[in-house]
Amino acid sequence: MDKKLEPIVKAVQSKFGATFEEFRDEVHLFVKPEQIVEALTLLRDEQNFELLSALTAVDYYPQETPRFHVIYQLTSITKNLSVQLRVPVNGTSPKVPTVTRVFGSANWRERELLDMFGIEVEGHPDPRRLLNPDDMEGHPLRKDFPLGYEEPQFTFNFDEIDLRKPYAKE
Amino acid sequence: MTQIEEVSLDQYKHLVSERALTGETMLLNMGPQHPSTHGVLRLLLELDGEIVVNCIPDIGFLHTGVEKNMEAKTYQKAEVMTDRLDYMNTMGNNLAYVMAVEKLIDVDVPARAQALRVILVELQRIASHLVWLGTSGLDLAAMSMFLYCFREREQILDIFELVSGQRMMTTYIRPGGVWRDVPVEFEKAVRDFIKVFPKRIDEYETLLTKNPLFIDRMVDIGYLSKETALSYGVTGPSLRASGVDWDLRKARPYCGYEQYDFNVPTRTEGDTYARYLVRIEELRESLKIVEQALNKLPLGPVRSENRKFVPPPRSEIGVSMESLIHHFKLWTEGFPAPKASIYSAVESPRGELAVYLEGDGGPKPMRVHMRTPSFDNLGVVPQIVKGYLVADLVAILASVDIVLGDIDR
Repeated sequence: MDKKLEPIVKAVQSKFGATFEEFRDEVHLFVKPEQIVEALTLLRDEQNFELLSALTAVDYYPQETPRFHVIYQLTSITKNLSVQLRVPVNGTSPKVPTVTRVFGSANWRERELLDMFGIEVEGHPDPRRLLNPDDMEGHPLRKDFPLGYEEPQFTFNFDEIDLRKPYAKE
Repeated sequence: MTQIEEVSLDQYKHLVSERALTGETMLLNMGPQHPSTHGVLRLLLELDGEIVVNCIPDIGFLHTGVEKNMEAKTYQKAEVMTDRLDYMNTMGNNLAYVMAVEKLIDVDVPARAQALRVILVELQRIASHLVWLGTSGLDLAAMSMFLYCFREREQILDIFELVSGQRMMTTYIRPGGVWRDVPVEFEKAVRDFIKVFPKRIDEYETLLTKNPLFIDRMVDIGYLSKETALSYGVTGPSLRASGVDWDLRKARPYCGYEQYDFNVPTRTEGDTYARYLVRIEELRESLKIVEQALNKLPLGPVRSENRKFVPPPRSEIGVSMESLIHHFKLWTEGFPAPKASIYSAVESPRGELAVYLEGDGGPKPMRVHMRTPSFDNLGVVPQIVKGYLVADLVAILASVDIVLGDIDR
């Protein structure tokens, strides 16, 4: 771990009881969903992490507790450091509080979270789907969502498969 | 058959001002098929006369499920998907993904491959900025800019075709190095470009930089403050035009960027004109890097010798049984990567392009997330267009340099 990062990790650990992991000099801090707004505010205001570089999630299906990790990647421009906060969320009605009041960029990224993973964002100002159509069912980046394929049509079964195809007909 | 729902104002009620509900302001649809949206982007505008009150972008028209598709492919084969993200920066996308893979499996890259990567990525940056310059010129009625810029871009794409066989979907940078060594004509082709290009930048500047019509459309338009830029995650030239000196090539050098002498242009005005000046200056700086890298291009292998992760060269397969086995194993099964995650970022022409890569111990990635710069750069547009004219919106959208393939992924 970078020497400059040690006091920051200690500060977060003592305040939130966060556990931490390290892999190839990257630091991951684990916090609870209800602490995330406070943790991000602390890192932004007291430790100069001005930029929320990424906000995404990972699905560990079929594992259920926790099923998802919501990931907040922070960058400090003044100190040239990076730190990652991870929030484990359970599979049944996954929920995280919104961080749009801390970082503006979280707005679209949380909508993407809702759209792609079906993780509910509490208090989001505009909870609509972002990339997929509004009337779509399911959440594509979940591991139990099929990748999808198209049945090949040949002369002998063309009409039979055509009937099942989901495009608009007369 | 599914019933198509009637579009109603209810969906957007919380996003527009109260005046829109009484009909005092007008809601206008711009796009998805509009030449000034640089792709398939739909903007819902609330207008008071010609003044923008609210701007609600609607994205996802180019969503192709790149992240989901990459989860179903091995690490090597998933790389072709990265070409299709930001189609103006294919070499840079390859580099971002490949660097994440290399960090995850811990493979070293030979010096010649590193230098080649720098040359090609910087040429790609120039090509990308040329498309930006041409299209934003076009948006502001400077028609001839488009033709001049595409002339020089063609020269760069010819170099890419020379090294990789493809003009745009290159997949030339591979885990452990590059696909193969560059042909002998490569050096001359790049030197020719280095020779003509400085004069061409001067030409562009003569046409635009002090052109009064151009200045009228650009100066004091679309002011982006430092605080808004940081809060909304804006990176790259748009952030540097707002007075933040942040370039990953300088701050966290990769591929040996620390050996090259170049400046990071910054401005403090934060308006559309500042963003234009920063990018023009970056053209010159990138050319400086290309020239230095080409002058001290080392000799040697272009791919790592680590056969567990990097396929052997074709010439070895005919004579070595072991190479044949490695080749077969790598292309049928792929290599296993550790059960861990990596966040690796590079500086793309638009900003911080990062890859979050998580392995599960097998040959396929468990999660790939592309943190694309255009996504955040468009996210800030609704904040900075308020109070400007519709015509200014076009200039602002051009100046933040978005690529819709990059946003929708």
